[in-house]
Amino acid sequence: MAQERTYLGVPLHKPKVAFFELSSCEGCQLQIVNNEATLLDFLSLVEIVNFREAMTESSSDYEIAFVEGSVTRADEITRLTEIRRNAAVLVALGSCACFGGVNQLKNRFHDIAWVKREVYGKHHIETEAEAKPLEAFVRVDLKIFGCPIKKEEVEKIVTNIALGRPVTHLKYPVCMECKANENICLFDLGEPCLGPVTRAGCDSWCPNSRMGCWGCRGPADDANVEQLRNIAKKHGISAETMLDRLECFGGFAPHVEEIRGKVKKTGKTAAAKGVRI
Amino acid sequence: MKVSCNVNVHHLTRVEGHGNIQIRIRNGKVETAQWEVVETPRFFEAMLVGKNWDNAPWICGRICGICSIGHTLASIRGVENAFGIVPSEQTRKLRILLKHMETLQSHVLHLYFLAAPDFLNLGSVIPLIEANPDVVKMAAGLKLLANDACDVIGGRRLHPTRTVVGGFTMLPEKGELEAIKKRLEAAIPDLVKTADIFRTFKIPDFKRETEFVSLGGANEYPFIGGELVSTDGVRKPEHEYRKMTNEYCVEQSTSKWSKLSRKSFAVGALARLNNNFALLHPEARKLSESFGLEPVNHNPYMNNIAQLVECVHVTLDSIAIIEELLGSKWDEPRQPVTPKSGVGVGAVEVPRGILYHCYEFDAKGKIVKSDCIIPTSQNHANIQHDIEELARVSGDSGRKDEEIELLASMLVRAYDPCISCSVH
Repeated sequence: MAQERTYLGVPLHKPKVAFFELSSCEGCQLQIVNNEATLLDFLSLVEIVNFREAMTESSSDYEIAFVEGSVTRADEITRLTEIRRNAAVLVALGSCACFGGVNQLKNRFHDIAWVKREVYGKHHIETEAEAKPLEAFVRVDLKIFGCPIKKEEVEKIVTNIALGRPVTHLKYPVCMECKANENICLFDLGEPCLGPVTRAGCDSWCPNSRMGCWGCRGPADDANVEQLRNIAKKHGISAETMLDRLECFGGFAPHVEEIRGKVKKTGKTAAAKGVRI
Repeated sequence: MKVSCNVNVHHLTRVEGHGNIQIRIRNGKVETAQWEVVETPRFFEAMLVGKNWDNAPWICGRICGICSIGHTLASIRGVENAFGIVPSEQTRKLRILLKHMETLQSHVLHLYFLAAPDFLNLGSVIPLIEANPDVVKMAAGLKLLANDACDVIGGRRLHPTRTVVGGFTMLPEKGELEAIKKRLEAAIPDLVKTADIFRTFKIPDFKRETEFVSLGGANEYPFIGGELVSTDGVRKPEHEYRKMTNEYCVEQSTSKWSKLSRKSFAVGALARLNNNFALLHPEARKLSESFGLEPVNHNPYMNNIAQLVECVHVTLDSIAIIEELLGSKWDEPRQPVTPKSGVGVGAVEVPRGILYHCYEFDAKGKIVKSDCIIPTSQNHANIQHDIEELARVSGDSGRKDEEIELLASMLVRAYDPCISCSVH
């Protein structure tokens, strides 16, 4: 394997790293394993002491904990609190950990009894009323956005942590990256897109494939959601379609709440007609 | 020799998701033999209610991080069947190719990184990086090839971006497909080497009469849609999937269980192979025979070998599909979608077995009801009965605790369970 890493001839400390998952698809952890081309280099930079998806050995002696998934059951709060106690740095890995991710879509019903019944019928099942992000329960030192996370970004962040460099997020939206990539604007193709309001860093991953952005990385600094809704309207894209996208990963939860609040005031909610939205 | 043992594996490692194994034997008598699933439910079927049809594949792909492509394709098929959309031949080929590459990626991940360490008495693949760097590099190379192909066709290896109802948002460049084809051809010797490595592994000798369920191919080894079949002779059309799965809730698991003709059944590579052996690529069939793997094989540990056989099948079939695609002109990537009310079912063979997505839509294309039945949830009851049988035969085998623990862990891993997916 690679020799000890050095910087200006001084051996670098290899941080002990642990990976954990709460309610999730475990895809973000898989993205780490999916770094086939650079995985071996990556492994020489850190010492992985906990990665249940890939190894049997485990330890509670770690400095950096990466936690994937959102909190949906009481025992996960206990696990998360213990991880926080052990770790010097706790990193929220992916949209579920940062915002609740797709898991928080069930929160919109405000009716966990119905949610349980819809899936399990009368069978008893343990779950909290809402799916929540990690920071609802513990201090989070760093967030890595995305569903899924972008492996290049994770490697850059981990390298920065290992080298003791500051970690910063881009302030501007995906739209800027998309323009730099010379893509055709998806609105011009009649497709909805949250690129103008979503935080950059993914290199406009979905729009590069002509799939409009779904906002998995949450809002950019100074995101103007109201203006985006106007753009969508101008292109004949329904408010509901935009709401579906804003709602999908939880990053725009305050905006969605505000929009839904306005809809409610008009007294025309689908819910009032007995339709679940 | 009668044994007494107490095996308690809390959160089995090297599987996706959270499950526990408990085996207690006293003086050769089995007191407990249990496969527990403790994963948290995420309630995907509820979260979809009220959402527009185009949300279904995007959200449902997130059920699983390993087989997100399979989930997306099953979801798309469910929606298309409800709306009466028949994919073009070009779309069909590209989807199969994408599916093949996910299968290769997933099987290689399981064979090398999750299953192989057990046969080498290791806790993970990490020690092999130093001891056997060439083999690890080869395995990583195979996975990388498959993942790169998924990027080229589906836009992204995990949670694909180009796969939509009606076809694809955009098509790969022919040059990209050409490059993938060359890499696939170059991978064949690596698969031969993989087979040689697995030939040195001692597959545990264990058998339990089992019913195997999968798609039944008409002319080709089946992956997307078609008839549902079992080795006990059951045959059902795709839309009658509920009669094939008969889901029910149990106390020991947050995932539902399934049954058909017996108290449990199995799905996965071994089930596909047992039901469709004659449709395998001749080279894959030959490899299977060289391992003594012929239908109907009732050793669950042989699912590892069935995955290996499928790696060869999908690689060779992918080369043929790419040749066909390169030989014809590109048609439009996607067809228009007109929603209508109705119910649609999509059955797709994902790496761990047959997967069903079913949606009911109102006239505007909003989801009224949804149902997803996951391969691993169909396997849980069978794993339970296998564990019971393993405990029973271990009762007077003289095996030590560690041996029973390893055999039980290997048994569960052989199913390559995707536990968070099964609970979803």
